[in-house]
Amino acid sequence: MTGNHQTLALLLFSAFVAVTLAITTWVSRNRRGSAEEFYAGGRLFSPMENGFAIAGDYMSAASFLGVTGLIALFGYDGLLYVVGFLVAWLVVLFLVAELVRNCGRFTLADVIAARMSERPVRIASGTSSVTVSVLYLVAQMVGAGSLVSLLLGGTSVAARAWTVIGVGALMVIYVSLGGMRATTWIQIVKAVLLLSGTVALTVLVLVRFHGDFDQLLLTAAERSGHGNAFLVPGLKYGGDWTARLDFISLGLALVLGTAGLPHILSRFYTVPTAKAARRSVLWAIGLIGGFYLMTIVLGFGAAAIVGPEAVRGSNAAGNTAVPLLALDLGGGSDSTGGTVLFAIVAAIAFATILAVVAGITLASSASVAHDLYASLRHKHAKPHSEVAVARIAAAGIGVVAIALGLLARDLNVAFLVGLAFAVAASANLPVLLYSLFWRGFTTRGAVWAVYGGLVPSLLLVLLSPVVSGSPESLFPGVDFQYFPLENPGLVSIPLGFLAGWLGTVTSAEVPDEAKHAETEVRSLTGAGAV
Amino acid sequence: MRYDDPWYDALASGWGESAGVGAPEPVPVPAVAAQRRTGAGERIAAADVYLEVQRSAAFQEVRSRYRRFVVPGFAAFFAWYVGYVVTATTAPGLMARPVAGAVNVAMVAGLGQFLTTFLLAWAYARHARLRRDRAALELRWDTQELTRGIRGGRS
Repeated sequence: MTGNHQTLALLLFSAFVAVTLAITTWVSRNRRGSAEEFYAGGRLFSPMENGFAIAGDYMSAASFLGVTGLIALFGYDGLLYVVGFLVAWLVVLFLVAELVRNCGRFTLADVIAARMSERPVRIASGTSSVTVSVLYLVAQMVGAGSLVSLLLGGTSVAARAWTVIGVGALMVIYVSLGGMRATTWIQIVKAVLLLSGTVALTVLVLVRFHGDFDQLLLTAAERSGHGNAFLVPGLKYGGDWTARLDFISLGLALVLGTAGLPHILSRFYTVPTAKAARRSVLWAIGLIGGFYLMTIVLGFGAAAIVGPEAVRGSNAAGNTAVPLLALDLGGGSDSTGGTVLFAIVAAIAFATILAVVAGITLASSASVAHDLYASLRHKHAKPHSEVAVARIAAAGIGVVAIALGLLARDLNVAFLVGLAFAVAASANLPVLLYSLFWRGFTTRGAVWAVYGGLVPSLLLVLLSPVVSGSPESLFPGVDFQYFPLENPGLVSIPLGFLAGWLGTVTSAEVPDEAKHAETEVRSLTGAGAV
Repeated sequence: MRYDDPWYDALASGWGESAGVGAPEPVPVPAVAAQRRTGAGERIAAADVYLEVQRSAAFQEVRSRYRRFVVPGFAAFFAWYVGYVVTATTAPGLMARPVAGAVNVAMVAGLGQFLTTFLLAWAYARHARLRRDRAALELRWDTQELTRGIRGGRS
């Protein structure tokens, strides 16, 4: 890449960083450091604002860089991600958004702990929330790393490491200083930027093909070297039954995982009522659906215009397909248009990563402070302010995410997010649904549901080809691969539900009728909601 | 902030939210108030309030309306999605069948998922707005009225 690319992209990126830091300073002036303010931004965002913020939280680098890359490399199989990512929002809308808004205060554990013996449930649910968040953070960090190595010319390990560290430092600053209010505004700005960029690129792709989607598909199929197989499922996940089961497992994790993502759940607390939460989700579905429809065009566009060899040559996992597409659409690497468009897209991708990591860091610091610290601290110790703990936790999580992000740098971003979704669907969703809808659910059931989903899903990933036993693994040199699937969802999600049921039927505890009544009445009417 | 009153959320009515022509009137449900105890000095525990509300006809009606929509709705889209994923993996031949030009069954099914998601989201919002919201709000007020004395005025 030439110096022009770098300078312009870095300039635009610095501008975004400056704007976001200004937002952080602006919103954090004259604010009391109350928990309400820090975790939920005062709960007075409008549905439209929150809808944009949800979309900003959800449309991660995984979608923008990862999914388009997968479509560019494997054609139709990349499209499954997109469908799963969107359909998942129906689960959120139908079963989770309004009820969680009505029952909880700041975190997922609030909803569950309302019915149960508080301490063990909070610890379990806090642990799983932090785990999911860290996995999701790693995916974003890897995205940042591959983006910068493209920008700075490929192999500079140091530049990559420094980017990951820089992103980590920025996210800690946003979250610790600005809390939910700054994070939300950063998400909104980012959502608008990302959508504008995507619309512009989509229009350019369609103009290139004179508005003929058919021609785009045909060219992509031809260029890919796979012919019609490119437009049919099976290129990545076809062949043997292991790969096919992996595909089904991923599909299940995607559709059920969203409703268990802590940073998505915490967004519902930023609006005043359940009705506002519902409208936020409607906005989000509209924005996210439109965005994913455009990523399909961009993915096939990258295959047709850039070509899979060039994409693979730049980044083996396909994470850089969109920036390359922008370069070509603008007129190639020697033209001003190409340079500008490339720089804009790279800056948008950076902005995306920054905004998403800020959202996740905030949610996980809330879990650490509100659930783990509040339950684990010694009763007689002088209680620190919960918000102060959350600010420190944000820094700690930043460090962990940076370390893991440096380690996992060669995996596809969308695939990493698939893992986070699988863990969320296994550990968080069963316990959430059981406590909202099952009269007889008990404390033991809740704890078992969390650990019964969390432990198997993590163990299965550890024993999967992702970590060892194949050339693409994290540790290619060793082989302790005993589980054939890359995504554990197919096994671990049912295990989470099963464990919750088993824990409940074997426990001696009599379910508290009145507590269940309270949860049910509050969840459906909003009585007593904060 | 744009509004001070948290009950006021007429802002930003998303698509599918505007009360279109021909939309059925919100259906009233019996209020809990009818079953409310009237003894002035009677102290009921908060737990009893929630149990009482839960057993009231008004609440049962709201709950069953919610479930009657959500359960079949969830079953339908989940089955359609899982069916799509399973078919994509087990029957690539079927998915490869051309429909028009380069567009094949797989592409149509994928875009169909988008379409059904938008439609179901719209239907859910409409159902909630017309069939649940008003009754739920009344129940909320009634419940908070009942718990007010017990929880030291926190409503």
